Amino acid sequence: MKAKKVDYKYAADTSGYVLALSGSDSSTETKQRLSKAGHIVSLIITYALLAIAGLVIVFPFYWMIITSLKSGEEIQQTIQTFYPHFIRWENYTEALTRLDFVTLLRNTLIVGIISTIGTVITTILAAYAFARLQFKGRDLVFAFLLGSMMIPGEMMVISNYISVSRLGWTQGGNYVGNFAAMIVPFWVSIFYIYLLRQNFKQIPNELYLAAKVDGKSDWEFLWKVMVPLAMPTLTTIFILKLMGAWNSYVWPNLIASGHKEIFLITNGLRETFSSVERIDDYGAQMAATVIVTVPLLLLFVFFRKYIMRGVGRAGIKG
Amino acid sequence: MESKNNWKAWLYLAPVIILLAVFTFYPIINSFYVSFLKDYNYLTGAHKGFTFDNYLLVLTPFKKSGPGSMFEEVMQTALPNTLLLTVITVPISIVLSLLIALGLNSIKVLKKFFQTVFFMPYVTNAIAIGMVFSVVFASDYGVFNNIFGLHNVSWIIPSEIVTGDKVNYWRALFAICFYIVWHSLPYKILIFLGGLQNIDAQYYDAAKIDSAPKWKVALKITVPLLSPQILYMMITSFIGAFKEYNSVIGLFGKTGGTFDKTTGPRSMRTMVFFIYDMVAQNKVHYASAASIFLFIIIMLFTLVQSKVSKRRVHY
Repeated sequence: MKAKKVDYKYAADTSGYVLALSGSDSSTETKQRLSKAGHIVSLIITYALLAIAGLVIVFPFYWMIITSLKSGEEIQQTIQTFYPHFIRWENYTEALTRLDFVTLLRNTLIVGIISTIGTVITTILAAYAFARLQFKGRDLVFAFLLGSMMIPGEMMVISNYISVSRLGWTQGGNYVGNFAAMIVPFWVSIFYIYLLRQNFKQIPNELYLAAKVDGKSDWEFLWKVMVPLAMPTLTTIFILKLMGAWNSYVWPNLIASGHKEIFLITNGLRETFSSVERIDDYGAQMAATVIVTVPLLLLFVFFRKYIMRGVGRAGIKG
Repeated sequence: MESKNNWKAWLYLAPVIILLAVFTFYPIINSFYVSFLKDYNYLTGAHKGFTFDNYLLVLTPFKKSGPGSMFEEVMQTALPNTLLLTVITVPISIVLSLLIALGLNSIKVLKKFFQTVFFMPYVTNAIAIGMVFSVVFASDYGVFNNIFGLHNVSWIIPSEIVTGDKVNYWRALFAICFYIVWHSLPYKILIFLGGLQNIDAQYYDAAKIDSAPKWKVALKITVPLLSPQILYMMITSFIGAFKEYNSVIGLFGKTGGTFDKTTGPRSMRTMVFFIYDMVAQNKVHYASAASIFLFIIIMLFTLVQSKVSKRRVHY
């Protein structure tokens, strides 16, 4: 196979050379030139199409920012302006007060941080057990957990809503209960356990044996060796989970329905600006969406590698 | 020694197992149970015996009792909407993301830049960007109408200038499909690009020697070698599209929109929208029945898909 490959290449090269020298028939040379030109043309087309697609991707972001800075009159021009002629920062102060941003931010951070810390702890413990400890039925339990990821979450939402309601966690004024309802059910993620287990498995067994010789317990080995070594994956989990809390809408909407004081950021956004709005209100509305979007984009800018690696990992299993 | 290790391991697993038991496994069983209860009061647990009516009601095309009955909604609105969204957005987003991934894979300069740009929609809030799209698609002063020279054409919300204006269902469908595809591209591009980078360069060398044209290489080599990722993407995006909810809330608001009913369903409410609406109305037995119905559809689709593509997927 290999020899054949070289053969072809050689033959092609020499024939082109010979023909070019003889000059009697330059079809191969023109062919090569043509293919080079074709390559450049296809490259230009590729870049052009990518640029167009990229513009469509970026445009909503651009339009959001531009509109958030426009005045009501400018928004209502028959011909839309693609940059604001007069920058109206008041849209932002208006959006912040109407959203009651401080409350929303506080609630979202409480829920986000506590649920993230809880998830990271349960994930570390479970991933360690699955990756390093020997016990009966380990692979069976792990396969069972992975299989349960197929079941649509809607089925659980309904029953969980019944459970937390019976506990009184959905009642207004019961802040501890309300927050517990938004946090505790999300202290476990099978996907993150899977992700961290893969990472833990890559850590060489020799380290474990060496630690054992040093008289370290499993517990110490986990926190002093495994966790620091798996820091990149843990960072990924931390960031993705925080973003999940920032974007969560369905569950908090059920729990906090009617209790504005425990809304999370996304609920607050949707509730403050209903879809049927006066057009001159678009400025403040877009300012609010900028306020919700910018923290996510900032996380993306600083943790791009971690986010893309974690998200991309999902498709590699096969 | 062995047994000691055994209980220790279960101790490590205890938090996860307890949480899953309470918030995942028990709810699955309970949902089945609740879906067969008649007039279930979820706070007291009182009910009037067992029945199949919850399923029948959810599946009834026309319920005679009263106008605007919620039971027509699944068959007349939620299911058609969900199926249309799935059938339209899944193929379009897979083909587009595949093309973009192929494009990205064939360039060197600016590759990182483009990769970052195409990933941006992933790190956004579905509700927030949905609201942005509804401003882009606004009827009276929307930039979409402006760019394409249209006047007061309503896509999401009726025009305020044209009196008695109603949103045409098919236009609304176009707007939401556009948004769903836009939002779902990044993940697919990322997975496809990862798959492309894993393809052995040897295959391309062989093609180069045979001087095969580029489109032929893509069709005969790249796509078959990428088939595991394509199958994975098809199954996960079918499941995702069947559970579409946030995009509807983002674009059309908490009501799910109101359209001209002569052109199609009255709103863009989907299956999951119906389920959560039932929960919010404290009719959890209907919600449970609908969710199990949804679960069965998803299972059937996934099974059929993996059966059909088994012969075509190259591992």
